Amino acid sequence: MTLTDRINQAARRLPAWPIYIVGVLLPVWLFWQAASGALGVDPIKALEDRLGLWGLKLIVAGLCVTPLRRFAGVNLIKYRRSLGLLAFLYIVLHFLTWLLLDLGLRWEQALGDIIKRPYITVGMVGLLAMVPLALTSNDRAVRWLGSARWQKLQKLAYLVALSGGVHFLWLVKAWPVEPFLYLGAILGLLAVRMIPKRFRLAA
Amino acid sequence: MPTKFIPDLNWSDVTPKAVFLNRRQLIAGAAALSVAGPAVAKLDYVKSDYSTDEEPNDISDIRGYNNFYEFGTGKEEPSVNAQKLTVDPWSVKIDGMVDKPGDYDLADILSGVTLEERIYRLRCVEAWSMVVPWIGFPLADLLNRIGVQPSAKFVAFETLVRPEEMIGQRYPILDWPYREGLRLDEAMHPLTILATGLYGEEMPKQNGAPIRLVVPWKYGFKSIKSIVRISLTDQMPETTWNMQNPREYGFYSNVNPTVDHPRWSQASERRIGGGLFGGRQDTLMFNGYEEHVAGLYAGQDLTKDY
Repeated sequence: MTLTDRINQAARRLPAWPIYIVGVLLPVWLFWQAASGALGVDPIKALEDRLGLWGLKLIVAGLCVTPLRRFAGVNLIKYRRSLGLLAFLYIVLHFLTWLLLDLGLRWEQALGDIIKRPYITVGMVGLLAMVPLALTSNDRAVRWLGSARWQKLQKLAYLVALSGGVHFLWLVKAWPVEPFLYLGAILGLLAVRMIPKRFRLAA
Repeated sequence: MPTKFIPDLNWSDVTPKAVFLNRRQLIAGAAALSVAGPAVAKLDYVKSDYSTDEEPNDISDIRGYNNFYEFGTGKEEPSVNAQKLTVDPWSVKIDGMVDKPGDYDLADILSGVTLEERIYRLRCVEAWSMVVPWIGFPLADLLNRIGVQPSAKFVAFETLVRPEEMIGQRYPILDWPYREGLRLDEAMHPLTILATGLYGEEMPKQNGAPIRLVVPWKYGFKSIKSIVRISLTDQMPETTWNMQNPREYGFYSNVNPTVDHPRWSQASERRIGGGLFGGRQDTLMFNGYEEHVAGLYAGQDLTKDY
């Protein structure tokens, strides 16, 4: 039995719900660490950064599902919804940390930042693009929209990923490596989707 | 069959008692050192009227949260990576338009100097702030001793380049050496100090040991660390962050809540040490030193000279 078969077999047996449990516990744990000083002397920034980065990781993980099935024959599609919904949760919490804890509800500054600061604008675009994705993440929405239209709508995920990668790169000072890696991974994962279907490699 | 024990050691092989005791002392001493950390010299200093009465940050905040890209871009990295830095011997090249140029040993620079405690607000361009009890002396003291020639208009500073000990310099994150500069009147201002310590002790390495600049009304990156060169010049010197992104980091970089960084607002700041629910406070013009320094910029448009 190949590794692919083994993964697929395991995936058939393992349900998706534990991902939600672990995924919801992570922000609780991060918040607890931030409040207790375990995240250093600037806990607001640390919490903001970690939530944003976990959100981005999940977005990248979600983008991996389709290419893995197409090129490696690994079918993890049943987990994709949980990855997407958790990414949405983390990015909403990332936004709320910024608005409530970092800016302390200085509405004027928050609105000014969203409009005037391109990296924050881009981040907001990504967050807003996630809203219809989250709202249509249930089976009823798929039936209501019809499969074709639903799939089309899900392409918003590409915009979400690009916004997230650009947002990260745009906010740093100097040129550290990490944001380039994320944006590179996102661009790569979008590029493989443009390979024509006849190049399907795995069975 | 039992074998007979034949000693192959003589009295001459016995470690003399003095050496034996000495070794124990060494071991005990090493153990004590590793518990107490490197011994830091207490500095003699006097208090200063220029100090703020705001509560200084915890020493753990000041030592543990640093922007010092020579030792990594993470805030916690310098506190670990800087410990390798050799700060003794240390010499500073003073050159350009001065009467007494030369390579000065740090001890010569400090001889005869009265160290003062200056409790200053520190405002980072990233919109966070601290209050730091620096120990130092006015830069003007040094400039007066070395004799600034009348043609000089600016002071340029450089940080040490030593990639073997400064791990961040192995990557071209910035154009090394780190460079900063001040206009001569800014450099001569009594608020501008060269700091050699904080909290009454020698400067921690991650904070710019053994000698650094502190200009409290400017964003933190102007206060260059671990200085090895001071040059007097008649040209506005190149400065690192300005070279990296001239639109975002001006030569003056005075703290100014009304002139935003292109990517973030400078209207408010997060005081480090406030915890998760500490919120923000308004940023003050010239970081609260307006009455002392506003006169330096009379007639200048601070939105242009940012």
